[in-house]
Amino acid sequence: MTNKSRAVYLIPYIAWIVLFVVAPIVLIGYYSLFDIEGNFTLDNYAKFFTSVYLRMTLSSFWYAFLITAFSFLIAYPTAYLLTKTKHKQLWLLLIILPSWINLLLKAYAFIGLFGTYGFVNAFLEAVGIGTKQILFTDFSFVFVAVYIFIPFMILPIYNALEELNPSLVLAARDLGASGWTTFRRVIFPLTIGGVKAGCMAVFIPALSLFMITRLIAGNRVITLGTAIEQHFLVTQDWGMGATIAVFLVIIMAIMMLLTGNRKRGLIDVAKK
Amino acid sequence: MHEFEGFTLEWYEEVFADTRLWIIVLNTFVIALLSALIATIIGVLGAMAIHGIRRNRPKNTLLTLNNVLIVSPDVVIGASFLIMFTIAGIKLGFVSVLMSHIAFSIPIVVIMVLPKLQEMSHTLIDAARDLGASSWQVLTRVVLPFIKPGIFAGFFMALTYSLDDFAVTFFVTGNGFSTLSVEIYSRARQGVSLSINALSTLIFLFTVILIIGYYFINRRSSKPVSKGGH
Repeated sequence: MTNKSRAVYLIPYIAWIVLFVVAPIVLIGYYSLFDIEGNFTLDNYAKFFTSVYLRMTLSSFWYAFLITAFSFLIAYPTAYLLTKTKHKQLWLLLIILPSWINLLLKAYAFIGLFGTYGFVNAFLEAVGIGTKQILFTDFSFVFVAVYIFIPFMILPIYNALEELNPSLVLAARDLGASGWTTFRRVIFPLTIGGVKAGCMAVFIPALSLFMITRLIAGNRVITLGTAIEQHFLVTQDWGMGATIAVFLVIIMAIMMLLTGNRKRGLIDVAKK
Repeated sequence: MHEFEGFTLEWYEEVFADTRLWIIVLNTFVIALLSALIATIIGVLGAMAIHGIRRNRPKNTLLTLNNVLIVSPDVVIGASFLIMFTIAGIKLGFVSVLMSHIAFSIPIVVIMVLPKLQEMSHTLIDAARDLGASSWQVLTRVVLPFIKPGIFAGFFMALTYSLDDFAVTFFVTGNGFSTLSVEIYSRARQGVSLSINALSTLIFLFTVILIIGYYFINRRSSKPVSKGGH
């Protein structure tokens, strides 16, 4: 390829990077330095460290942690069983399937299921427990979030388990390790990369969830994502919203340094 | 709707009679197809540009910048695009939604195409050049056919990302223009309506058809490669 033709390739792509990658980050940083009247100030950052916002950040982290932990607890055994089944590709496809369906529809389906007259309550009524308030509780929020994120956790772990050399497991068994020891000392350490990627793929989006907090948790849960949306679209305090976004980006960058890429698992599978 | 009385197609009729809804469905598909198409073109060019860079430093910088939009939370992308469109004076609506969808689809296309380019042996290009092919012929006769599976995969991923997106669209959509996700969101906040259930079923079926299509295209395009490999 000559230099000239390469330059032609580069132009639209570089233009995209400048306009839609660099400029937005710079603008978010720039806007975080203005208050609601448009005065240049660092007040937003000071405000972020007051108890209201810190408590919100902490609860946001707590929910994201719960969601990640539950996803992991379900995803690891599932991924493990998946590598042992016969029709791997089919099972995998079935697990990915929900992630191809619009997020809104999934959340919407749960409103129907968990509602006062929904399927779950009808079932509880039938077995004699009686109707319970399920929608708009912490439980329903975590449940739906886990349901939505689970494919993103299963796929990287599955990939890691698939790459694991089975002779290593056999060697461990040969040397007298029990099933549990083999898992703890051989299988888990070798698939820790997949676990990290999965946790990354769940934790960051869980921090920034905002639609489910409204539809499923009924505004009881306020995550960093909800706060950003609130500031930008409801109170129109763009400066504060941008400040929270800056913190979200910083948290994301730290997580990225610690682990790999999110959404990577899905893309890897799609490529196969 | 609280008591189950029997089966009916009434709600499907209601969905089909709802013109506003069909305009929104049409919008959603126009946005998805257009954005996937444009993103694929720019993404393929970008992948070729990245591939063409020999030195490691600028290459890695470009790759990192490429991945920023993939790893960023949707809310942050939406908010920053909202700021940008407002500053640039672009009216929120069709154009802003289309531009945002193109923007967040490009890195996905690049990621799907780049491995194919790296797979391609440089001797193929050398041979074509040796036989007197012009740059344009090398591109259209050698490079593009080779990376075609990657391009298709990228296009389909971009399509599904666009159809699936809610958060970014929600920020940049403004008044008057709406995609399906945003419409479902605003209707769902008012409670469960059976016409949305009917619509969900239709979308679900469409998604399944899309996946089956994707699966077959993927299989057909990957077959010759796996045959050649063995």
